[in-house]
Amino acid sequence: MTVEQFSDGDSLLHRIDPRVKICLAFPYAFVIALSERMTVALGALAIGFTLVILARLDVRELLKNLRMLLVFILVLWTLLPLTVTGTTLYSLGPVTVYAEGITRALSITLKSLSIVLIVVSLLGTSTVSALVHAVSHFRVPSKLVYLTFLSYRYLYVLRSEYAKLLDAMRIRGFRPRTNIHTYRTIGYLIGMLLIRSYERAERIYQAMLCRGFQGRFYLLDHFHLHGRDMWFASGMGSLLMGIGVLEWTKILP
Amino acid sequence: MDKNTPLIQLEGISFSYTPERPVLRGASLSLMKGEKAALLGPNGSGKTTLFHLIMGLLRPLSGTIRVFGSERVAARDFHEVRRRVGLLFQDSDDQLFSPTVAEDIAFGPFNLGKNRDEVLRIVHQTLSLIGLEGFEDRVTHKLSGGEKRLVALGTVLAMQPEVLLLDEPVIGLDDEHRSRFTKILRDSSLTFLIISHDHDFLGEVAAGKFRMADGAVVRDR
Repeated sequence: MTVEQFSDGDSLLHRIDPRVKICLAFPYAFVIALSERMTVALGALAIGFTLVILARLDVRELLKNLRMLLVFILVLWTLLPLTVTGTTLYSLGPVTVYAEGITRALSITLKSLSIVLIVVSLLGTSTVSALVHAVSHFRVPSKLVYLTFLSYRYLYVLRSEYAKLLDAMRIRGFRPRTNIHTYRTIGYLIGMLLIRSYERAERIYQAMLCRGFQGRFYLLDHFHLHGRDMWFASGMGSLLMGIGVLEWTKILP
Repeated sequence: MDKNTPLIQLEGISFSYTPERPVLRGASLSLMKGEKAALLGPNGSGKTTLFHLIMGLLRPLSGTIRVFGSERVAARDFHEVRRRVGLLFQDSDDQLFSPTVAEDIAFGPFNLGKNRDEVLRIVHQTLSLIGLEGFEDRVTHKLSGGEKRLVALGTVLAMQPEVLLLDEPVIGLDDEHRSRFTKILRDSSLTFLIISHDHDFLGEVAAGKFRMADGAVVRDR
């Protein structure tokens, strides 16, 4: 599972309270996505790189995660310069490349890259359970929080059940082809998974009843804001304000 | 409740999942305080079903269930049973659903209405009882199979039950975790009933035997 690959570690970012990180990640993503100036996009990218370094993320793993984004960016670079009309940069027969298209593609590249870097280094450095805890401190309804967490928790179980069934099929020589036998087998596999998850859900509920569950979830709270959390929050907060000022006032031409 | 009243008393219990194949046909069983007994029987003979009937997770077609001296019929009657009887499920993944070990152990005591300080104390006591000190913040689904089983036992013990129903507690465990289980059960003064096919393990922890066959329960002498 690739969800928690960066959550082990003891960098500064790993030690920051997840509540602080959530409070920062979303405003950052928002402001950067809405910004239009190239200077702001460059600044955001610089922040992104700085956070990646602070979080001491494994660069190779990070690049692997960025693959999907890079494919998307590549598509933009092939389409936008030809379709966003404006000043002609040069033409070759029927194909015209426009300067505006290039600027637009560059801006989207910088912005999307910096958002991903910032969010991964802020949120990726916490475990899912820590984030779930953090969210439940924001007065998000506990049913919603537990729905999310239970889905995540049993995804592992479901995945290993899927892998087990698939292995059982493989060791009996199953190789997927384009024929009815394959479709039927895949159908059985999915059907079996559905039934197993249903039964699993029932057993989990029974186990909860046996421990006196009456529809309420309790929280063993153990977050404490430290000095470094406050420093980090105020530093990152001022940077974000700076970005906002640069974008929406006339300080920059 | 006087001393000679069985803690758990089933009389003439019938049950079936499908009408054509009854699992239990007039099964009776009584477990006295302090008894440490094994429940034996072939696969599919209804051992787990019997546990679920005692906990009120399933309802019998006929027969009476008496736990702690009172008859249990309605869903409400079983709230007290679930508080005082702990059931360990066969698959620990069914039992451990909370993010961290501490929270999973805390779930039961919180449901019993204990306050946060009491709950924290129980969590620490329980972890030292099962020999997993320092596991508070470990993520439950990343534990090994043996650790999961021990924590699942911990979540049950944290309820401070009077009776334990253990469904295949040591199946698939390595020697080390198996002997930890053995030690915990040997040191315990609780009444318990164990489903297991592991005769060495049963020999070490259980004294009496019940055997299931043809939908009935017989006490082995």
